[in-house]
Amino acid sequence: MTYDSIIIGAGLSGLAAGIRLAYYGKRVCILERHTTIGGLNSFYRLRGRNHDVGLHAITNYSPPGGKRGPLNKILRQLRFSWEDFDLSPQFGSSVVFPGHTLRFNNEFAYFEAEIAAQFPSQIDGFRRLVAEIDSHNIGDLGQTWISARARMAEHISDPLLINMLLCPLMFYGSPSEHDMDFNQFVIMFRSIYQEGFARPYKGVRLILKNLVKKFKSLGGELKLRAGVQQLVTDGKHVSGVVLDDGQVLEAKNVLSSAGSAETLQLCGADVPVDDRFTPGEISFVETISVLDQQPAEFGHDETIVFYNDSEDFYYEQSKNPVDVRSGIICSPNNFQYDQPLEEGSIRITALANPGYWMNLPEDEYIEAKKYWYDQILESSLRFIPDFRPHVIDVDTFTPRTIKKFTGHINGCVYGAPRKILDGTTPFDNLFLCGTDQGFLGIIGSMLSGISIANLHLLNAK
Amino acid sequence: MAPEQIRSVILDILSRIAPDEDLSDLDDSVPFREQMELDSMDFLDIVMELRKLYRVQIPEEDYGELVTMDSTVTYLTPLLKDAESTV
Ligand SMILES: Cc1cc2nc3c(=O)[nH]c(=O)nc-3n(C[C@H](O)[C@H](O)[C@H](O)COP(=O)(O)OP(=O)(O)OC[C@H]3O[C@@H](n4cnc5c(N)ncnc54)[C@H](O)[C@@H]3O)c2cc1C
Repeated sequence: MTYDSIIIGAGLSGLAAGIRLAYYGKRVCILERHTTIGGLNSFYRLRGRNHDVGLHAITNYSPPGGKRGPLNKILRQLRFSWEDFDLSPQFGSSVVFPGHTLRFNNEFAYFEAEIAAQFPSQIDGFRRLVAEIDSHNIGDLGQTWISARARMAEHISDPLLINMLLCPLMFYGSPSEHDMDFNQFVIMFRSIYQEGFARPYKGVRLILKNLVKKFKSLGGELKLRAGVQQLVTDGKHVSGVVLDDGQVLEAKNVLSSAGSAETLQLCGADVPVDDRFTPGEISFVETISVLDQQPAEFGHDETIVFYNDSEDFYYEQSKNPVDVRSGIICSPNNFQYDQPLEEGSIRITALANPGYWMNLPEDEYIEAKKYWYDQILESSLRFIPDFRPHVIDVDTFTPRTIKKFTGHINGCVYGAPRKILDGTTPFDNLFLCGTDQGFLGIIGSMLSGISIANLHLLNAK
Repeated sequence: MAPEQIRSVILDILSRIAPDEDLSDLDDSVPFREQMELDSMDFLDIVMELRKLYRVQIPEEDYGELVTMDSTVTYLTPLLKDAESTV
């Protein structure tokens, strides 16, 4: 039997693509190496508690009844109703640099007023930048890399404001160091500042479970513990895949969410060199602290704090095991739920050095995680009340964890710096979706799966 | 199918694409795009649903005919005259 499509990876992009294909009657099979679904945004149980791997916040918030923007596009394309994602909006977040705090929530006018109040000489330029963002077409698949910093500098002369604006956007979506592609900048600007943050009460598992349920109800097949070891190709065309256990599955086309370089590696040695398929180098360490109270009880009611301790902002692969100069503090409790979450928790994320974490022997690795957990917390206490006395459980993960569970080279979270916007590869029936296609994050990756399925696998036109 | 049935078919497709939308007060003479903010991705979806349900092929140059409910029904009436309604 030959599938119409095989999808590599049961992350958000693969599942979303699978739903589109199954909905239109294709025989489709999703293959996932891990024992569970979700990829970079999965969930797990540890010492009796449910944890999310990645979820800080769902970006691109739109209230019920909304019609525009990526969230509504996804709901429509996947035939979900708004309730299926059960999103509660954030309380409010901030970007904190020395001497300045810019607050934002899901009302863009509030953020604009913050900038007007704190950077009065820059507000006209900021508004011009926003006008440029509003008119930018992210759907142009032919565009090339343009420096976001250069574009911003055409309108904003204060480097501090440029750094503050970039900080959350880079942390939540830049695969490249120091600067980002203007197209990626626009996507992130809209998704974070103009649309905003929300979270399902039950975390990402709610969304993942709804995706799988829909996929299966439409006749889609999902195989877990089914890693693809190799793609069967004749150099131009892919005819199927070989699984880790040696089984061969045939398909008319293959859609991979494994990453661009990762996917080419599956094609064997005789693949033409293509520098677009160079893996990225940005990864993170994330600490999860479970607390005996809700963060609001010790005075912390912000949803997400992006902090940086100097005017210069270094978004780069960390030279130390962890770069504690900057980071993200997320409180999953601080969203407008109908009832509080059962337990308090604080997640802190900081840039990391993948090589360091990959190469440590196992016993040193455990020790290093403990040591850097303490360093990260110590550094964050400049931006949040000391919550250490309330910590009752801890988990820390590193680039090594990310590599182990998702296969992404360097434990990269945002993939390769060069995106393959049209999803094509050197093989005529092998396509990419997910992080390395160009849309990323939870909402972005679903949109990526949908777009590439529509464009190449459904003969929509 | 008669025009009235075609209208129900389109309503059914729209309610699948946008289950949260209240379609009872849809104005048949006003563009879908304005009332429901449908974009090109959604229009392709309507085309694909019609293809899936009735095997009707709508060439790209005719997508413009699907602007309003009235124009859609007019356009589809000859194409679907022998089809059986599924709703
Ligand atoms: C710590 C962390 C925090 C994050 N926080 C947020 C957040 O708050 N908000 C947000 O929007 N986004 C967040 N993200 C980003 C978001 O999780 C990702 O952008 C998104 O999940 C990417 O989905 P994807 O489908 O493109 O890739 P992936 O999730 O990586 O899916 C690829 C899948 O393919 C599988 N796979 C790989 N190779 C093979 C193979 N050979 N055979 C079979 N299967 C294979 C992998 O196991 C994986 O499941 C976070 C990410 C991390 C790591």
